[in-house]
Amino acid sequence: MSYSRQLDEQGIDTYLQRYGNREMLRLLTCGSVDDGKSTLIGRLLYDSQMVFDDVLRATKKASEKFGTTGEEVDLALLVDGLQAEREQGITIDVAYRYFATERRKFIIADTPGHVQYTRNMATGASNCDLAVILIDARHGVLEQTRRHSFICSLLGIQHFVIAVNKMDLVGYSEARFQEIREAYSEFAARLGVRDIHFIPLSALKGENVVHRGASMPWFQGSPLLDHLETVHVASDKNFVDLRFPVQNVVRPNLDFRGFAGTLASGVLRTGDRISTLPSGKQSRVKSIVTFDGELAEAFAGMAITVTLTDEIDISRGDMIVAPNNAPPLENSVEAMLVWFSETPLQTGKQYLVKHTTATTSGVVDEVRYRINVGDLHREPAQGLQMNEVGRIRLECTRPLAADAYAKNRATGAFILIDRLTNATVGAGMIVERKTAADATQRRQAAADAGRFVRMQAKRRITPEARKARLGQEPFVLWITGLPRSGKTSLAYALEEKLFEAQRHVQVLDGELLRLGLSRDLGFSGADRWENQRRAAELARLNLGSGISTIVALVSPLEFERQQVRAIVGADRFLEVFCDAPLAVCEARDHDGLYARARAGEIQNVTGVDAPYEPPQRPELTLDTANTPAADNIDKVLQLLRSRHLLP
Amino acid sequence: MNHYALTHLQQLEQESIHIMREVAAEFARPVMLYSIGKDSGVMLRLAQKAFAPARIPFKVLHVNTTWKFREMITFRDRMVKDLDLDFEEWINPEGVANNINPFDHGTQRYTHVMKTEGLKQALNKGQYDAAFGGARRDEEKSRAKERVFSFRDKFHQWDPKNQRPELWNLFNCRVAKGESIRVFPLSNWTELDVWLYIHHENLPVVPLYFAKERPIVYRNGAMIMVDDDRLPLQPGEQPEMKRVRFRTLGCYPLTGAIESGADTLPKIIEEMLRSRDSERQGRVIDYDESGSMEDKKREGYF
Repeated sequence: MSYSRQLDEQGIDTYLQRYGNREMLRLLTCGSVDDGKSTLIGRLLYDSQMVFDDVLRATKKASEKFGTTGEEVDLALLVDGLQAEREQGITIDVAYRYFATERRKFIIADTPGHVQYTRNMATGASNCDLAVILIDARHGVLEQTRRHSFICSLLGIQHFVIAVNKMDLVGYSEARFQEIREAYSEFAARLGVRDIHFIPLSALKGENVVHRGASMPWFQGSPLLDHLETVHVASDKNFVDLRFPVQNVVRPNLDFRGFAGTLASGVLRTGDRISTLPSGKQSRVKSIVTFDGELAEAFAGMAITVTLTDEIDISRGDMIVAPNNAPPLENSVEAMLVWFSETPLQTGKQYLVKHTTATTSGVVDEVRYRINVGDLHREPAQGLQMNEVGRIRLECTRPLAADAYAKNRATGAFILIDRLTNATVGAGMIVERKTAADATQRRQAAADAGRFVRMQAKRRITPEARKARLGQEPFVLWITGLPRSGKTSLAYALEEKLFEAQRHVQVLDGELLRLGLSRDLGFSGADRWENQRRAAELARLNLGSGISTIVALVSPLEFERQQVRAIVGADRFLEVFCDAPLAVCEARDHDGLYARARAGEIQNVTGVDAPYEPPQRPELTLDTANTPAADNIDKVLQLLRSRHLLP
Repeated sequence: MNHYALTHLQQLEQESIHIMREVAAEFARPVMLYSIGKDSGVMLRLAQKAFAPARIPFKVLHVNTTWKFREMITFRDRMVKDLDLDFEEWINPEGVANNINPFDHGTQRYTHVMKTEGLKQALNKGQYDAAFGGARRDEEKSRAKERVFSFRDKFHQWDPKNQRPELWNLFNCRVAKGESIRVFPLSNWTELDVWLYIHHENLPVVPLYFAKERPIVYRNGAMIMVDDDRLPLQPGEQPEMKRVRFRTLGCYPLTGAIESGADTLPKIIEEMLRSRDSERQGRVIDYDESGSMEDKKREGYF
């Protein structure tokens, strides 16, 4: 072992001291069956001299029986564990490997790449800081690559290493590496992963795994192990939001009542004011108790016992938080759900929901859509099958103190358990976005709390005064429809008419928004929603200033349109549907959008590879395929008049 | 490292404590299996930490095969007293009645009766729905895929294909009557981590881990210690004194010693770091064939 050298240099005492200060990095390796994943891990262990002689001897013996590398030791056999899989030659479950270098201890979650094992990958990814995604240099970015990347990003991994393996089989070609890098980057822009790092390597030949090797002088970056030793992950932890889910109440005698648990996030100090959920009762931290003595402060990841200055009733499943920074308590949450069970997800069926230390029962009352894990498109779905991922709404019997998973992995995650079989059937990640109904409710609640009143108090100009000055009742006209269905031309024609009629109106279309306000957004489902949300918020602000807004956006999903309606306020919101068949729209393809989508150059284009859900109850539907534009404009003006928004 | 960072040992410790607290909270009758070895010692310390200032809230069970080293039993009894454990010992009465031993019945049969069957009897008798074990994933390849919460059916059987997905630290603790979970809070620890922790915490361990002159005989290439007069000596076999120690402890006729001068914890760690053989090499029971541990686990062995 390489330890011998370190020991000779440092002596055991220095070594013990240094080793005690090592960090831990959890990483996930994923790749398709033949990408050479096991070989890569074997190489990491072997070249960093972490393989014991007796294990190596056993592996040599196994190489003769099962090996695929001829005379050489098949390093893949160092890591492939169970008999069944060894015989099949594939890895069939999550396996954990351990090794340490001078700098870090590593835990590798080794997960299979086979299509049907999404669940294993999600399992492995759930605790990891970093993912190593293997790409076979000969094959480039495959559907599997996209699938693995998506699941890793879904489970919140913020650091990716794209290991372009088998470079030896493409002549160590820099051009090939760059090509793969570009292809992957274009796809990954939609994932929202912070840190993506590309390394060309050959696990078989040991190039750029632990040692640099001489075959790719054009590559200036570090070998894989160097990168794993130095990548900065400490700042991924959330030390801001205090969340302390109570696991057990510790009551050894009448004088001591403590609450044991692991700090999910944030920092807790003695003397801190705290609030408990769901009761809302407040107190102060009297002491932070551990076996090794009392602490003045504790931070995320620490298992502690807390006593409070007041006798308040707290039990397992409750959460201690900061009074001014509490997660919302909600019976209903929106979440991305990965389904594990062979029995499909049934909407309306009761499952047990385990969220932090609380278990309650809940019903998935709606599957909003399923994500095609290969191309990230949303597809309509009624339920979810094994290994499918979808966006759902979960209604729980007791409220959850839930954060968005993106903000807090520990308090944004839950599992679903089948009540009869006790199997873990699904894993959910809470999404921040509220349902339309919730948003309206929240707005209402805020108004009740007097926030609106206070806001109005700050404003010296009343809405009535604005109406009088501008001489109009402002409104928001939301035009939806397929690309090239005539939304934008209708919007600008209306603007002209309204302007002529002395009205103050602003048009927001996709092009305008993406020029500035939404310049930072891409075209993923989440980004497209964000673009709509911003348009809706802007329209709402315009309403406050007495100005009307015409929004022309594809806005393909019914659920999202309901939400923008809630943001704006239903009483001032008019939804207009430009109804034209896809063929007609595609024939008007003057800037080649559809053509590029059909050619596969761009993805997520509504009508081609992303769904469009026609509005269920629009205020107005226009036949933009057959009716002359002037007639359609008149219909909108009539609608406005009938609502007394235009004289 | 920044101010709010845990070292890897602290992180492992905190995670194991979390696991123990989950089990104590969600199961009706948890039990901790105590094998007297170093891993068990670490488990006991973690349990103390998890529930302090309260006492460890579950029973600690030792399934005795009657062939343990004498020093192990002495050490065990001391720990029970010092830590005020709610302790129970179980010995398979059928095994005793039939005088099952490793010499007349072979290693496999003996292990099956005294360890696997004994364990099942004890678990059934106590109606335990969760049992902590000190196994680590780095011990052996089939362990690498073991869950932290390993589900067993009512026959205590392990089905590698039918394990529950385990995400985040959200453990599914639900079992039907008769079913149980084996819980491995040290899953993510390595042998090195265990020794470093023992060193860091200054934990007591069985003296057999430290090098000392001991009477040994050579059997099948292994050095077996003559711990008492029950070890049948073969013709011409003469115990000789050797400076040896044990990397792993079990039944003395089945546990190989290694020649060593390591008589302090730092020396043990140094020796292990420089060693080129893995720790299970000293265990005779894993030697049969490469899938043997997996087969034993299917039957209900830990």
